[in-house]
Amino acid sequence: MHQVEIATTQETLLDSPEMVLNMGPQHPSTHGVLRVVLKLDGETVIDLDCDIGYLHRGMEKIAENRMYTQIAPYWDRLDYIAAVSNGLVWVETVEQMMGLPVPPRAHYLRTILTELNRIASHLLWLATHALDIGAVTVLLWALREREEILKIFERQFGARLTCHAWRVGGMPNDAYDDFNKDVRQFVNNFPKRLDEYETVLSENRIWLSRTVGIGVISAEDAIAIGLSGPALRGSGVPWDVRKSRPYAAYADMDFDIPLGENGDTYDRYLVRLEEMRQSRRIIDQALENLPDGPVNAKLPKVVKPPVGDYYHTIEAPKGEIGCYIVSDGTAHPWRVRVRPPSFINLQALRQMCIGHLVADVVAIIGTLDIVLGEIDR
Amino acid sequence: MFLFGPIDVLNDLLLKTGLSEDWIKFFVWPLIQIGLVVTLVALWVAYATYLERKISAFMQARLGPMRVGPWGLLQPIADGLKLLTKEDFIPENADRWIFFFAPYIAVASAFIVFSVIPFGPDWAVIADVNIGLLLVLAVSSVGVLALILAGWSSNSKYALLGGLRSSAQMVSYEVAMGLSLIGALMFARTLSMSGIVAAQGSDSIWYIVYQPAGFLLFLISGIAENNRAPFDLPEAESELVAGFHTEYSGMRWSLFFMAEYAAMVVVAAVATTVYLGGWYFPFVNRLQTSGHHNLYVVVSLLVFLVKASIILYIYFWLRWTLPRFRYDQLMDIGWKWLIPSALINIVLSAFAIFVVQALNGWRGITTIDTLDRGLNMTKSGKGIMIAFGIVGVFITAALLARINWRSRDFNLKVQRRNIKLVNVPKGKPAVQAES
Repeated sequence: MHQVEIATTQETLLDSPEMVLNMGPQHPSTHGVLRVVLKLDGETVIDLDCDIGYLHRGMEKIAENRMYTQIAPYWDRLDYIAAVSNGLVWVETVEQMMGLPVPPRAHYLRTILTELNRIASHLLWLATHALDIGAVTVLLWALREREEILKIFERQFGARLTCHAWRVGGMPNDAYDDFNKDVRQFVNNFPKRLDEYETVLSENRIWLSRTVGIGVISAEDAIAIGLSGPALRGSGVPWDVRKSRPYAAYADMDFDIPLGENGDTYDRYLVRLEEMRQSRRIIDQALENLPDGPVNAKLPKVVKPPVGDYYHTIEAPKGEIGCYIVSDGTAHPWRVRVRPPSFINLQALRQMCIGHLVADVVAIIGTLDIVLGEIDR
Repeated sequence: MFLFGPIDVLNDLLLKTGLSEDWIKFFVWPLIQIGLVVTLVALWVAYATYLERKISAFMQARLGPMRVGPWGLLQPIADGLKLLTKEDFIPENADRWIFFFAPYIAVASAFIVFSVIPFGPDWAVIADVNIGLLLVLAVSSVGVLALILAGWSSNSKYALLGGLRSSAQMVSYEVAMGLSLIGALMFARTLSMSGIVAAQGSDSIWYIVYQPAGFLLFLISGIAENNRAPFDLPEAESELVAGFHTEYSGMRWSLFFMAEYAAMVVVAAVATTVYLGGWYFPFVNRLQTSGHHNLYVVVSLLVFLVKASIILYIYFWLRWTLPRFRYDQLMDIGWKWLIPSALINIVLSAFAIFVVQALNGWRGITTIDTLDRGLNMTKSGKGIMIAFGIVGVFITAALLARINWRSRDFNLKVQRRNIKLVNVPKGKPAVQAES
């Protein structure tokens, strides 16, 4: 990564027009423990460098010493905002290594719950992004909706944030009794609430002037850096793993991909809002066609995938999360590697920020929607 | 009379202590008034924080403070006690003396202004200075010094940036604020705060009706001057942590906090005085004519408080609704929108007054009643003036649009694009469902 040169000599503020500002790791809007070293001319960013690793827990190394079925809860702690999606990438990768057939009901429930999780994650993004730009009220409104989803998670999984939602081969248990009713209620109420946020933000002059033309990244650059998720689609690249390589029950679902045009903060904002609407559409369909039957495949006593390696990706709320597992035939993986969307999306920060003001850095960090748990692992 | 008899009793008692009448009139009573005003304003400030928390809570679908006292009514007191007992921390490399004194400058400059604010008639005014409004502007602009000193002395980059931002912001908006008041002053023909109220009283109109554009400009630049959202850049918490008071803690921090709210109250009070007729309210002076002088003063004082609180409510409302401007956009608004529109407003008001004066006596039309206590007009004069005020808003808007139509921020609505929805063909599924 690019390094900001910091003069080691005794330098006072008056000697040069440049100022090095250390943003984070304790800063209200770096979304966790990200440290950004900014080189400023007045308030204009000339250069910046990200310093990460404050939340490093060695997940991939820990995984080498755990059995396959024990690793899923660790994966919840990667992107703790979207624990359900992260859990899914682990169990699906293991299932595919073993060639386990998962019952359709489990696939449908996985689709519903990961889409709910996507909405929850996008809502938290909306809340914090709006807060970073100064609209405080949206924060609490968005969290109110998120609470509804977390209540469903609590009843289904027994936990709100780190759910440990899935098991290899299916689900720990079937949907709870009122599951359909609760989800249906949420699905019916949600569009109204989403329109409310749009009233406050989408047409707001201040919001427009803070987001239009800020943090622009072209489609070519986005692909070159390896962006994924809404950050990529905001630049107008039609790539979504749910479409290009459907997992769970997405092959049966009918939905659209929202695409931005200019790749600026405002486009990414609109893309995420539209994604929430599409997620709602998917949940609606999946709930309609929810098949009956078991939710668990028959599993051997010890999960021992055959020797070999396997890579599988899913579309997490933040982008494309991938899991690469090398198996040596024992009950423990030999090596595990995660493709963390937040980490790769963060690489665009420097290119997006240079030439903008300090206030825009905050807006751009918000629009990239990073989670440090996933970056540092 | 009997309601507020104790005031006269106290006066008699003071006379009996052997102090001369002048001494009591010009020294003892003002001290009592100052004590009352400081207490009142401090309470007002404390409960402004409470109200802000409650109002924001209701906007955000929650309850706000509920624990201390009924409906959390004692929360400001609990907060004050908590802050008093906190450690007063001074960073190692800070400039100790400046760091120490900056909060006092902030509070003093905010509170001194209350000395010329007419809260009501008669004894509800501490000092009726004949350059009252000028004093308000001058003293409140000393407040910027506190922010710069605090930001500079903290020896922290965030505080420094906050201090620099606030100095630039307050200096720019000071200009717009001063210019926006001139329109109203042309009608009042005096700078004395009580005089402005009296002028509105004798013309029996609020200047907001003559000067809608001026009122809006004053309110906007006042919000910016107070560093309140959406102009709260100096303390933008998501960017600069806490801006100029990043390094402050405990009571010294709360002094800044109090200064901010007191400055808000000042702007609300000035706006009330100049544009909303001060303590005047229809029919209240009947109390005066029926002999209840002190009751009249108290009711007028309440009227003033209610009017100023309505403006404070607008402050809260904006803060919890709007996102924050960026630094360069803030400067754009100050220099490219507010100052030109304030100048246009002055020209239009002058023109309107000129027309009304020229019409006076032309073909038997009388528009002006008297010029003794401000510009007092007859009904036809008022009609013309109100029409000019309303038309002026549109003219100002049109001229502003002409000035700014090339700027990047002007046509944001046009720049707004809709995203497109595509349905790309599905690829080969990664997972085969069990059939």
